[in-house]
Amino acid sequence: MNRLILKGARIVDPSQEIDSIGDILIEDGQIVKVAKEIMETAETIDLQGKILMPGLIDTHSHFREPGFEHKEDLESGSLAALRGGYTSVFVMANTDPIIDNPAGVRYIKDRAREIDLVRIFPVAALSKGMAGKELTEFGALKKEGVVALSDDGVPVENPQFLRLALMYSEYFDLPVILHEEDKRFSGKGVMHEGELSMRLGLRGIPAVAEETMVLRDLLLQKNYGGIVHFAHISSRGSLRAIAEAKKAGQRVSCEVTPHHLLLTEEVVKELNYSTDTKMNPPLRTREDMEALGEGLINGEIDFVATDHAPHHPDEKDVEYDFAPFGIIGLETAIPLIWDRFVKPERMTVSRFVEVFSMRPANLFNLDGLGTLKENTVADITVIDPDRFKVVNPDAFASKARNTPFRGFGLTGWPVMTIVGGKIKWQDM
Amino acid sequence: MEQKLKSKDLLGLADVSAQEITLVLDTADSMKQIVQRTIKKVPTLRGRTILNLFYEPSTRTRSAFELAAKYLSADSISIATATSSITKGETLKDTAKNVEAMGIELIIMRHPVAGAPHYLAENVSASVINAGDGMHEHPTQGLLDIYTMREHKGRIEGLKVAIIGDIMHSRVARSNIWGLKKLGADIILSGPPTLLPKEMAGLGVNYTYSVEEAIRDADVVNVLRLQKERQDAGYLPSLAEYHKYWGVTKERLALAKPDALLMHPGPMNRGIEITSEIADGKQSAILDQVTNGVAIRMALFYLMLGGKEDE
Repeated sequence: MNRLILKGARIVDPSQEIDSIGDILIEDGQIVKVAKEIMETAETIDLQGKILMPGLIDTHSHFREPGFEHKEDLESGSLAALRGGYTSVFVMANTDPIIDNPAGVRYIKDRAREIDLVRIFPVAALSKGMAGKELTEFGALKKEGVVALSDDGVPVENPQFLRLALMYSEYFDLPVILHEEDKRFSGKGVMHEGELSMRLGLRGIPAVAEETMVLRDLLLQKNYGGIVHFAHISSRGSLRAIAEAKKAGQRVSCEVTPHHLLLTEEVVKELNYSTDTKMNPPLRTREDMEALGEGLINGEIDFVATDHAPHHPDEKDVEYDFAPFGIIGLETAIPLIWDRFVKPERMTVSRFVEVFSMRPANLFNLDGLGTLKENTVADITVIDPDRFKVVNPDAFASKARNTPFRGFGLTGWPVMTIVGGKIKWQDM
Repeated sequence: MEQKLKSKDLLGLADVSAQEITLVLDTADSMKQIVQRTIKKVPTLRGRTILNLFYEPSTRTRSAFELAAKYLSADSISIATATSSITKGETLKDTAKNVEAMGIELIIMRHPVAGAPHYLAENVSASVINAGDGMHEHPTQGLLDIYTMREHKGRIEGLKVAIIGDIMHSRVARSNIWGLKKLGADIILSGPPTLLPKEMAGLGVNYTYSVEEAIRDADVVNVLRLQKERQDAGYLPSLAEYHKYWGVTKERLALAKPDALLMHPGPMNRGIEITSEIADGKQSAILDQVTNGVAIRMALFYLMLGGKEDE
């Protein structure tokens, strides 16, 4: 029997309303006991001064495999996740080929099993080839292990298609993750549209491009059902509309990325047109950023997701317009939110655990995850709240380096990641 | 005043001081004398090397840079994208590093992407002059426009300058605004609402959709080129309607001060944004702009490559 005791950490688990110093006993990959003190013989790890929580779950990553392994693959992405303190990752379907059929899902699951690092949850495409015309086989996909459906990367342009997809998905109880953007507004835009884009001479992506689609799809959900999750919302207007719909009882939820919580469009200028500031949706205004921060704290926003979007350094080392959208996020999410939200006491540790673990697990029905309840799998993240480090992308496990957070000095880093009772990574 | 520019590069007029702009204008005065001689060649920059790297078509700007180099005895080469390795997929960074390895000291670049000169400047130790980047800036055009205004009006401070046309897409407008504001001009913009973003007011300028109001009592009317593609993209119903509401005509120019200067960065669409009658008329400084364009570029080469007065 494989036993491990984690000793003396501050255990924070909002699913059981626990926030106290204690011990955890793991046996054969399961949490068997959480108590103030466990006096048994087993391998023991002293975690005094550390914070122990249910393993973090990222519902929005791009691991680029199959097809774009020069950017990232399931193994390098999983390593990046472990070092970022994540035990579970949803991988988006916009690979080559697109994951829009059960065989594709099986490939991802098989590879994840071979790699055996983090739990990989495939998100399958909502439409065949992400063309927005024909539904994928939701039933077969779910049977194969898909947890959600999304054409993320491209918006669902046709409202009639989405209406049918929502109606059909409800029967299979599969959430639909929406990337909201009306390309007819955003066109060739590369940053938030406003005074700064006008000054910098870059084409703009107005907030309206996102908001108009959020409003449309709230209406579709209200009338035709389904479970809608809005990916990476970036504007105050989107948040207001979603918060109102949630209050009215609609089955909708939303996520926000660390970069939209911490940066504004100003970094495009500050970093002198660095392509590490180019992502979609774009960084917006201070007003938007502050509203999103408030929304995350007060629960209008359900959780944080990274939108980890790796690109090869050569692909980003070009003129601004020519660079692909996206930045990586898995290895910086914890310290960013810890340093900017938890440390200054804008957010409690308990809320931190909710938005990184418990809420995504509940929303996507990941049984036994997002909690430290006895007899659930031992997926655990340990954070050192006092550790200070400077973000150094050159030392990342990800193949990519595209982050605007290079050089940020941050306090509060993950130091141990346990998946299924096994210590998969540690930096104690 | 120190006789040189602070930065190794000239990327935009947003980044240079009023003193630096004045230094360039004053230097251009002496350069213009050279341009007006029969023998237009001085040895000032002998042995210095300049590259023209044009990712977009250009007649005036490129000729002016090439002639400016010749008049100062610098050696210059030109790469136009259609005939270079760029068509083979070479990146901007690689192209730049290669020409730098050949000994180029100053790179003049025009590029369709805003910020491309900033990216270039970060990657080479050679100096970079932005000859137009996307919708961002065209600083040498701004300088030659300001020089032309100062030449005719004797000052910039307090001048009322009307800039008319497709403000949104215009790098010329932006460079004019930055430079003129720094020297104390009053600027008013006019154009169709679809092409005149109200965020422009954030730059400290006035705007009005009425072209008459903008031109009234102006000292300078600077007319921008209207790209015909704007109609296809839905910004305008027709060129005829544009002309009717925002075209600068003899009647509209008459609303300006009697001695008002008429300018246009070229190439002109005669009969659309400007009529031939005034473009070729007494108030037009359009060809002076072209002459001054050479003098301004000579001044920049001189200041950036560090020519010595006594050479």
